[in-house]
Order: sequence, then C-alpha cells, then structure tokens
Amino acid sequence: MAANASSRLIKGATGDWEVIVGLEVHAQVTSRSKLFSGASTAFGGEPNSHVSLVDAAMPGMLPVINRECVAQAVRTGLGLKAKINRRSTFDRKNYFYPDLPQGYQISQYKSPIVGEGEIQVDLTPDDSIKVGIERLHLEQDAGKSLHDQSPTMSFVDLNRSGVALMEIVSKPDMRSAEEAKAYVGKLRTLLRYIGSSDGDMEKGNLRADVNVSVRRPGEPFGTRCEIKNVNSIRFIGQAIEVEARRQIALIEDGGAVEQETRLFDPARGETRSMRSKEEAHDYRYFPDPDLLPLEFEQAFVDALAADLPELPDAKRARFMIDYGLSAYDSSILVAERETADFFEEAVQHGGVKRDTKAVANWLMGDIAAQANAQGVAVADAGLSPAALASLVDLISEGVISGKIAKDLLVKLFGEDRGADPRALVEAHGLRQVTDLGAIDSAVDAVIAANPDKAEQAKSKPGMLGWFVGQVMKSTGGKANPQAVSDALKKRLGL
Amino acid sequence: MSDLTSLTLAEARDRLKSRAISSLEITRAHLEAIERAKGLNAFVAISADKALRMAAASDERLAKNQAGPLEGLPLGVKDLYATEGVHTQACSHILHGFKPPYESTVTANLWRDGGVMLGKLNMDEFAMGSSNETSYYGPVASPWLPPNWSRERARAALASVKRGLLTPGGSSGGSSSAVAARLCLAATASDTGGSIRQPAAFTGIVGIKPTYGRCSRYGMVAFASSLDQAGPLARTVRDAAIMLRSMAGPDSKDSTCSSASVPDYEAAVGRSIKGMKIGVPREYRLEGMSGEIDALWGRGSEWLRAAGANLVDVSLPNTPYALPAYYIVAPAEASSNLARYDGVRYGLRESGSDVIELYERTRAKGFGAEVRRRLMIGTYVLSAGYYDAYYVRAQKIRTLIKRDFERVFAEGVDAILTPATPSAAFGIGEKGSENPVEMYLNDVFTVTVNMAGLPALVAPAGLSGDGLPLGLQLIGRPFDEETLFAVGEAIEQSAGRMALPEPWWA
Amino acid sequence: MSVDLNAVRRIARLARIEVSEAETPHLQREINAILKFVEALDAVDVEGVEPMTSVIPMRLPMREDVVADGDIAKLVLANAPLTEDGFFVVPKVIE
Repeated sequence: MAANASSRLIKGATGDWEVIVGLEVHAQVTSRSKLFSGASTAFGGEPNSHVSLVDAAMPGMLPVINRECVAQAVRTGLGLKAKINRRSTFDRKNYFYPDLPQGYQISQYKSPIVGEGEIQVDLTPDDSIKVGIERLHLEQDAGKSLHDQSPTMSFVDLNRSGVALMEIVSKPDMRSAEEAKAYVGKLRTLLRYIGSSDGDMEKGNLRADVNVSVRRPGEPFGTRCEIKNVNSIRFIGQAIEVEARRQIALIEDGGAVEQETRLFDPARGETRSMRSKEEAHDYRYFPDPDLLPLEFEQAFVDALAADLPELPDAKRARFMIDYGLSAYDSSILVAERETADFFEEAVQHGGVKRDTKAVANWLMGDIAAQANAQGVAVADAGLSPAALASLVDLISEGVISGKIAKDLLVKLFGEDRGADPRALVEAHGLRQVTDLGAIDSAVDAVIAANPDKAEQAKSKPGMLGWFVGQVMKSTGGKANPQAVSDALKKRLGL
Repeated sequence: MSDLTSLTLAEARDRLKSRAISSLEITRAHLEAIERAKGLNAFVAISADKALRMAAASDERLAKNQAGPLEGLPLGVKDLYATEGVHTQACSHILHGFKPPYESTVTANLWRDGGVMLGKLNMDEFAMGSSNETSYYGPVASPWLPPNWSRERARAALASVKRGLLTPGGSSGGSSSAVAARLCLAATASDTGGSIRQPAAFTGIVGIKPTYGRCSRYGMVAFASSLDQAGPLARTVRDAAIMLRSMAGPDSKDSTCSSASVPDYEAAVGRSIKGMKIGVPREYRLEGMSGEIDALWGRGSEWLRAAGANLVDVSLPNTPYALPAYYIVAPAEASSNLARYDGVRYGLRESGSDVIELYERTRAKGFGAEVRRRLMIGTYVLSAGYYDAYYVRAQKIRTLIKRDFERVFAEGVDAILTPATPSAAFGIGEKGSENPVEMYLNDVFTVTVNMAGLPALVAPAGLSGDGLPLGLQLIGRPFDEETLFAVGEAIEQSAGRMALPEPWWA
Repeated sequence: MSVDLNAVRRIARLARIEVSEAETPHLQREINAILKFVEALDAVDVEGVEPMTSVIPMRLPMREDVVADGDIAKLVLANAPLTEDGFFVVPKVIE
C-alpha cells in the first residue's frame, strides 16, 4: 500500500471513513469466432447474422470450445503473473432472459482457468500500488435486447450471444476512486499489449462491475454493494464516490447498508437499487455436462509464455534504463504499445544516437495531441517514426529552430502527410538563420526603427519578448530565436 | 408384400444387394404396413414422399453397385432426432410445428449409408417415461396382445384411449412397437435410463445402448446430457449390430463424442464366447422379484455356460442407489436443458403481457405432467441450499456405482448378465397415476448402466407364463460392444428367434 | 426432506412454469413422493468420494479459431413465432 493512505479517507459527519473497492472487469476476448461456436465475433452486422444454430440454442445443439480463447485467457493470466490452472471446469449459470437463448450462460464458477495473481498500478510516477487478482475465468457473453423500439415489445439480436469474455476479478485492494480508475487503465493497457482484448469501452468490449463498501479505519470490511455494468473509466470513479458517500450517510444516519446490486445513473449522479420485487437470482450453478474438464499441458502454457510481447512494466523499466527517461515520461510512452514502438523506432532510426528526451517530448506533446484530435493512433497522425527522427535531428543540427519545427509539423499533419522533413525544409526554404552577422543586422534594424521602445526596454525587461518577435518577423521566422534573444540583450543593455 | 416386411434387416440388405428385390418395393411394403397399423400410433409423422425418393435413389446406387451398408433399407426415426425439414418435436407440444433446418449426426450417418426414412416415431415426451404414455400424441400400443384378449377387443381399444392394451415400453415406445410390428426394418431410439432396453424387453426385440460417447448427441433433443445415448432397436442381434455400426462414430460437433473408430460390429456376431467370464451380480436379485424372471435369468446363465462361458458371482454393492441417484441427476440436467423451450425462437408461444408471463404460460401449456414434475425436481435439487445434499451427493454415488463395475471388470469379467425388467409389459393406464415413482421402478435394472456410461444390450430370451416377451440384459466394458453382440447372439441362438405377433390391428 | 406449498410456488417461478393454485397441492404431493424415494441415498457413505465429472476418460477437444458458422439468419429465424426486421420479438421485460 502507498504511504499516504490517510489522504484517501473520506470525511463523514462523525469521522473518517475508508472506502474498499473491488472490481470485476469483463473483457471481450479478441478472437475470430465465438467461445463455443464458429460464428463470427465481428462488431455490427445485420441482426442475427453472426449466429449459429448453437448460439440460437436450437434443440440438440452442443458447445465446442475455441482453442484461441483458451490461449488468450492463459496469456492474460501470464501477464497478471497469475497461477494458470491446467485443469478447469465449466459450469452453467441458469436464469431466464430473452438475450440468453439457452436459459443458461456457460461460465466457470468452481474451477476457473486462472487463479491468483497481481498487477502493479502506478498512481503517480513515484507512487504505485499492487492490486491482487483473485481469478480470471472464461464465459459467454449474452445477446442484446432493444427495449426502445416499441412500447410493448423488445427486439432480440443474438449476434453477441456466445462471444468469449474474460472475467477478471480483483481482490478488494483499492481504497479510492483514483486507485480504481488507475487499475482499470492499467488492466486495459495490459490486455491491449497482450492482444487478448482491445479493451474498447465505448464498444462495450470492456465493462466493470464495481464493488464498494465503507468502514471505519481498522475495522472489518462493511457490507458491499455491487454497481453493475459501468462502461467508462470516468463513470467508475464517479460511481465509487457517489456510492461511498451514500453508504456513509446511510450508516451515520443510523441505518445499515444492505447487500444489493445497483446501477449507476451518470445523468443524475447517483446509484439506484436494481432489486426488483421478485426473488434474487438463484443461478443453480452445476458443471456443464456437455463439456468435459478443460485440460492442457505445461508445454501449451510455455509456448504461449515464450511468445508474449514485452509487457508494460518491463518496457517501462527498460525505457528508463536504456533511454534515460524519467518514470513519468516512460509511463506515458508505454501506456499504449503502439506509442512505445513508435518511440523506439524513432529513437533508433538510422542507427544514429539522438536525444531521447526530445523524441519523447515531441511524441507525447504535439504528435499525441494531433492523434487525439483525429481519433487515431500516433502512427497514423501523419508522421512516420523516421520522420520524427529527422525532425529531431534537424533541430539538433541547428538547421531549424523549435518554432520552425512546429510549423513543419502542421504541414506534415496536413497537406504534406508522409513527406520527408528534410525535403520539406529545403523546398520551403525553412533553414533558420544562424549567421550572427545577419542576426546582428536584423537586430540593429529593429532597434533603430523603434528608439523609444528601446529606451523603455532598459527599465522594462519584459519588452525583450516584443523585440524578439519583431526580429523574427523581419527574418521571416527563420532566425534562431536564442541567438536573436542574446543579441538583443547585448544591444539593449539588458 | 407382407413377406418383405418379415425379412430381417440383414436379409433385406442381402436381397437388395443381389437385386432380388428393389428398395422401392420394400419401402412401399412398409409404408402400406404403416398405413394399416395407424391404430397402434407408433408413428407421429410419415414421410412417404421422402421415403420413395430416397428409395429410388438407393435403387440407382444399387444398380451401379455403389451400395452403402444400409442401402435402400426402410428405417424409422425416433422423434427425438432432428431430421431436416421434417417434424421433430420429441413428442412435446412445446415444439409445436418445429421443423429443424439441420440434421442430427446419427440420422445423417444413416442416410450417408443409404438408409431410407419412413417417418418419425412416437416416444415419451422429451424421453421422460417408461411406457410411452407421456407423449403429446397419445400412447402407443404394443403389437403384443394382452393375455386373453381377443383381436376384436384389442381393435376396439385401439380406436379409443387404448386402455388395457400393452405398452411397448418407453421412452422409445414408438420405435419398439414399429420394429416389433414390422412397420420398419429397424429404428433409431435413445436411452437415458433404459429407454432402448426396456422397450426391447417389452416387445421381444433387440436393443443396445452403446458406451456413452460412442454415438454423437449432435441434433438429439437433449434430456440428460451425461446419460443420453443413441442406439438402435431391431429384430435380431445381427440387425442391431449393422445399425449401430452406421449410427456410431466420431463427431467434432459433440465434445463428449469419442474419436475412436467404429469396429465392424457385425463381424462379432457369431464369434465364439468360449472361455468368456460372465458375471452374475447378486444385487440384481431383488426382494419379491417375479419367479419367472428369476428363472429366465437362470436359464440365460445355463445357455451361456453351454456355449462355453464361465459364470461367476459378482457384487455391485451400490446397485440399489442407482435409481434414486438417477432421479436426481437426470431431472437436474433436464431442468437446464429444457430452459431453452421458452416460446421465443421456435415452437409453441402463448401470449403474455410481459416476457415472464410468456415463459410461464408457454411452458405450462407446452410441457406435459411428467416433464413438469421432473423439471420441478431438477430445479429444486440444483437450487441454493439443496445442491450439495442432493446433486453433489448423487454424483458422488454415481462415482461409486461406476467403481463397482470397474472393479468387476478388472477381475476379468467380460460381460455381466442381468434381467432387463422387473416384469413383462403392463397395460396402458395401469401404472403411475397414484405415485410417479411406481413408473420409475421399471428402470431398476437399466439405470445403473447409464450412470456408469457402459454399453448394454437386451435380447429377447423367452415368454412369460402369460405369453408375453421377456428379455435379458448384458452389460459390457466401455467400448466393448463387440463382446455384447457375440454374447447376445449366443442368447438369441439359444432362445430361438422370437416369434413376433401377427397383425391384429387392421 | 419435503417441500411446502411456498417452496412449490418458488420452484415453479424459478423454472418459469405457471402452476395454478388449484394444481399446487397435487404437484407438492408428486414432488414429495419423489423426494421420499431419493431419501434412500442418505444411507450411503460418500466420505472422500469425488463427484463424477466426466463419464468417459476423455480430454475436452478444442477447435481452431475460424469463422465456420453463422450467416444463416434466415434459418435461425425460420421457426420463430414472431420476428421483425431480423429480430426475435418478445413482450417487454419489466425491470
């Protein structure tokens, strides 16, 4: 646990409270076909077109497990440093709902494929927590019911029914909304690195059930409530804060928290009980008799382990050592694997040693901003790693200034996508002026044209900026700003 | 014409091969027999056009000498099997109107080998029953006359609710009645607690439930997944062997189906059983067991001894617990397997103001009383607070039952000889109305086999004092159906061919 | 063990089968008859015995990750009592 745990406490009316959070994250497994059927998992599609007879629960249909889904679960387990259970079983979770055609979901209740593990979550560059993983299991997703197409009828599309999900259950190790959000972010990054899930929360490929309880520091855990199906990291944070305060207020008012399932309503900023008048679900779990226990050899696990890519924690550590980057910068670069790869390619391009911090800054700054604005990955913003390398080289060679580099970027993002920066510099005559003689002349000219301002500058040093601007304008932006500034300071006597 | 329906499957096969008869001829003969036997209510759907088309195609292949193992042979299919485009309802109202866009693997195998489909056979609803009295389509009459009944009296009973006529057993009652009445050369059936073997015993024919996993369950309407198994009903041991060879085999669409190749079962028919060790389990000698069943069992032992086998006493101590354990495990699995019948994607739909009403009304209307009983029991034994005490306990007892058999087989026993049923066939309407358990007791000798996943064959062995057929059961090692066919043939040879009843129904 | 009328109602609800008040006592008797029958199992010592997990010693076969199915919306919907625009249609779920 981190050092400043006390800062996470919530102040209630009668004293301090600690929030206990556990998360059950459902991640859609990246695979071509479904967990127990050969129908496609592709997003969208005409209703009921990605549905096999098995998915439609026709009489006599039987499940057959997809090897790749098993592999994805094992890979994820390895990434979570978790125990891989070489023997696991499938259970039926029985309940009735229109989007569950069999009347049961095939899941793993008693013996999941992955056991205990842990994940390191960075809250700040210097502060991280370890969140324990309880288990990971495979299960089927349900179809989709549309309730708003008609006042009396619901419309059922089974395309998603049977798609493989990994349910990742954390231990109740988180103590704040921030920690929970960071956990989900890190888990998502890990899944994307491994390639076992795309973690796309907007598409619903990653969603969380959030378990929240409160207690006085030092006391046993309180009764928890489960907030179901929260589908954005932001909402996860909001839901936790809202629910914690609700529970605290309830207890301080003399009431007791009832264990129940709740829904987060972002519009109202509150959680609502899902408990309906009928019985709580009795799922009658029992081992699925159509499926034998899942067993695989250690060799299967070892082969998957050997093929795992470098994971975020290892990559971050390596970036700090190999490239001399700060923890903060490394963390940002490795958050998305594509960004980290882009960075390394740019740094190593041409086998030339270059300023890693400069590469990092451009990538994390202007390029990331452009990519975000366009809603694309950094590699698709308009520059290749080679181009970024050139840009940084041009600056370090003194061919262009940082300001000119920014102008170049605008061109590279827009009309000159994919162009070679060096060629662009020549084509547009962007070489900066570094000839001190030329700079001195430009400086003298501006001072001569503005004698009164030059006089004021002696008492108002801030006016240097205006003079720099003027000199830059007169040189078409090509003068080296630092040299201009130095020359002006000398001439103006600052 | 009636000569053609009196042939065994093997005889018909040989005559078709030699072109002495055509498939169209023999198929027509059976369709006519079916028409005359409508009163028995063995068939729930007759696919005459399809049958004639298939027969014609078979005749073409026979002419070109491209005959498959079942080429041109007219067969019946239990309504439990999905047959593409043809009535498939497991004789339940809840599957009203269902015509599957797919074929079960077992029946696909039959058509691959050249079989001709006459139609779908009556059965207990969702295979839950031991007398074919729970079918939505009404009971099936056995072609055997009740003792001392005249043909006129029997015909009159056929026209009404059939009370007093004999049941052909269940759940594969339509299959057994049709085979015994010579309405088809053989039929597919299924066995979860005895549903092939008890009907075979009740109608004087041969039935085999192979090892669990020998046949694919793909396309078989599921009742109890860990117990269901496909198998044939036929008039001779050889015929059953021929049928099973086609029905069985690997299937990647069924995760519980064995990938082992299928031996030539027919080759085992007639093999010597000299030196084989046959076990006689003392726990199958029930208190109050009918004297003639006991005597038949003894006679069976003698026959096998005369054929060169060694008879040994064996013990299967957990035998008495198999039936109660079965009535926990099977309903539990069924309660989950039948959850899909909800009026949404196929079958019956009742109206409802919300979806829960839709489910509750559809299922109340669509399921019969026996199915409803079992679903309720199954739901109960899986529910919170009862799962460990009932379901888990029953599954542990199942392990003990299987271990009993493993121990006996490890002692060198090749097959186990037991009675097939506690009595001869009883009358329709006679059992079960007071207490459902009365009907369940029919399966006392057969359920042990499903619980252990073993193969078992029933062959007719004689007649009761009332002149009704009685059978004997042989239980074998996993995937050793060949021994069962060899020993079964020895019984059949010793007992003599069972004389099946002449038609009284038309 | 036996069930009371409330238990019967609860089970019927879990199993989604409508049972009228008139039928409930009869169904209760039937269920209790079966429960009485299975009481025989209480006599067995199951200490240390594992519940059966697979009837035959076989490993769960795994299949290759290829799209080999689906694209049969017509067949999937063919037997449905009520459909619209390719969807299955049901009365609303009341939350």
